[in-house]
Amino acid sequence: MQDNWLFIGIAVVIAAMLPMLPIAAARILSPHRPNRLKNETYECGMETVGDTWVQFKVQYYVYALVFLIFDVEMIFLFPWAVAYDNLPLLGVIAGLVFIFLLLDGLAYAWRKGALEWS
Amino acid sequence: MSFFEDPIKFLAGLLQDLLVSLNLHPIAITVINNIVGALIVSSVGLVIVIFLIWLERKLAARFQDRFGPNRAGPFGILQSFGDLSKLVLKEDVVPDAADKIPYNIAPILSIAAVVLVWAVVPFSVEWIGTDLNVGVLYIAAVGSFGILSVLMAGWASNNKYALLGAFRAVAQLISYEVPLIFALLIPVLLARSMGVNQIVGAQDIWYIFVVPVAFGIFFIASLAEIGRTPFDLLEAESEIVAGYHTEYSGMKFGMFMAGEFLHSLTLAVVTAALFLGGWRGPYVEQLPLLGPLYLFLKAGFVYFLIVWIRSSLPRIRIDHMLDITWKFLTPLSVVLLMAIALTDALLKEFGQINNTALYVGAMIAVNVVIALLALFAASRLNSRQRRQIKTFEPRPLAVPPKPAAPAAASTSEEASA
Repeated sequence: MQDNWLFIGIAVVIAAMLPMLPIAAARILSPHRPNRLKNETYECGMETVGDTWVQFKVQYYVYALVFLIFDVEMIFLFPWAVAYDNLPLLGVIAGLVFIFLLLDGLAYAWRKGALEWS
Repeated sequence: MSFFEDPIKFLAGLLQDLLVSLNLHPIAITVINNIVGALIVSSVGLVIVIFLIWLERKLAARFQDRFGPNRAGPFGILQSFGDLSKLVLKEDVVPDAADKIPYNIAPILSIAAVVLVWAVVPFSVEWIGTDLNVGVLYIAAVGSFGILSVLMAGWASNNKYALLGAFRAVAQLISYEVPLIFALLIPVLLARSMGVNQIVGAQDIWYIFVVPVAFGIFFIASLAEIGRTPFDLLEAESEIVAGYHTEYSGMKFGMFMAGEFLHSLTLAVVTAALFLGGWRGPYVEQLPLLGPLYLFLKAGFVYFLIVWIRSSLPRIRIDHMLDITWKFLTPLSVVLLMAIALTDALLKEFGQINNTALYVGAMIAVNVVIALLALFAASRLNSRQRRQIKTFEPRPLAVPPKPAAPAAASTSEEASA
């Protein structure tokens, strides 16, 4: 078991190194002549107007919130699915009630208009 | 043990003997073994991707009645190497307004997140990077880092198109993550294990034939996860230039592009492992070398479907894209999970769990019934929405100017004078 995670740890380092190599190679091989016009933000060919990092559409937050609820609850479902053989029928039904509550929350969000884009 | 029976095991044995003969500490031997294994596993995907880019361009060209790349090497197979050398020699322009640290981390993360998935992909009976007992959860967790890289790239570029692309991408990716993970739960439930190799081992009948609807949900959601047409709004050229990687050039852009292809390949391989029986096929137990062949044939089939859909369908609108996942795929996948769990539990309760014919028949029946119900509900919902739209009043496009206004103004002026 520890060996498994040792492998993952080494794989993380290697996976980070693999894309760094070509970028480093490009840094050595490619020309580097920056100037002010070249380094401008690429929008329409004109000087950019206003700040980019502004407030954005609130709908993105709403989707993220609904997603967060689902994501957290899904993690709890994985052990339930793995231990399925050892569960009595009542345990299965308890899991189903849990999923049903999740579905209920989705129906509530839908009804409240949280899933409408406009 | 001979080389041809199991080359990987043979070479691993040679390496082990060599390390032992060098009188190294046992911990050092484990670490070196792991480093070699991780290097092999993570470069497999990257090497395949070089040829995959050529294959995809060739296929896309054939779908559009063109030849595709056919100059560099036989059938243009060296095209990707030409592209690669060109990208290496291109200048890397970093905009002055960019936030340098996340700007430079993002392309690295976009590749690393996908390469890490290959650590748990089983290539053959015993050929697997590491047989993690939480493999499926690991795939879901590591895959999510890709979303982070997209948001980092878009935000750090300090460019409005890039930021819009990143917002769209994140909305799309997190929304499709929900049905994707629910569809992942179904093979986990059927195999009673989160280890990818155990799931492959449990597929005496491929899961696509046991739970076809789960396969469908997983396939559509993974199309969205890799941002392929019809879900390619995150880099809609006609609207937001190139989306989140607008400001990237040179090799950093190349990393995003390679990451995208690698992501497609990885999801095709994961689909093949979870639903199409992975390395399973005739004679694979005797000759493990056949395992990767079967795996990549199946993954190639899934990839072909992806390219086919890409060259056939137009892009869909963002609100439709979000409606498909939240109002159709998510409820469908949740209900499907509940129904399959209940069917499984009831069959076990009545002692019929080992009756394969009944088990598979019941599962398919449940799948078909739920799919038909879902399609019926979706068409009802759709027609209700269409009726609502019809009640809008028609609005004239151009309003004619009012001719009486200036005359009235002049008369009132005269009166006051």
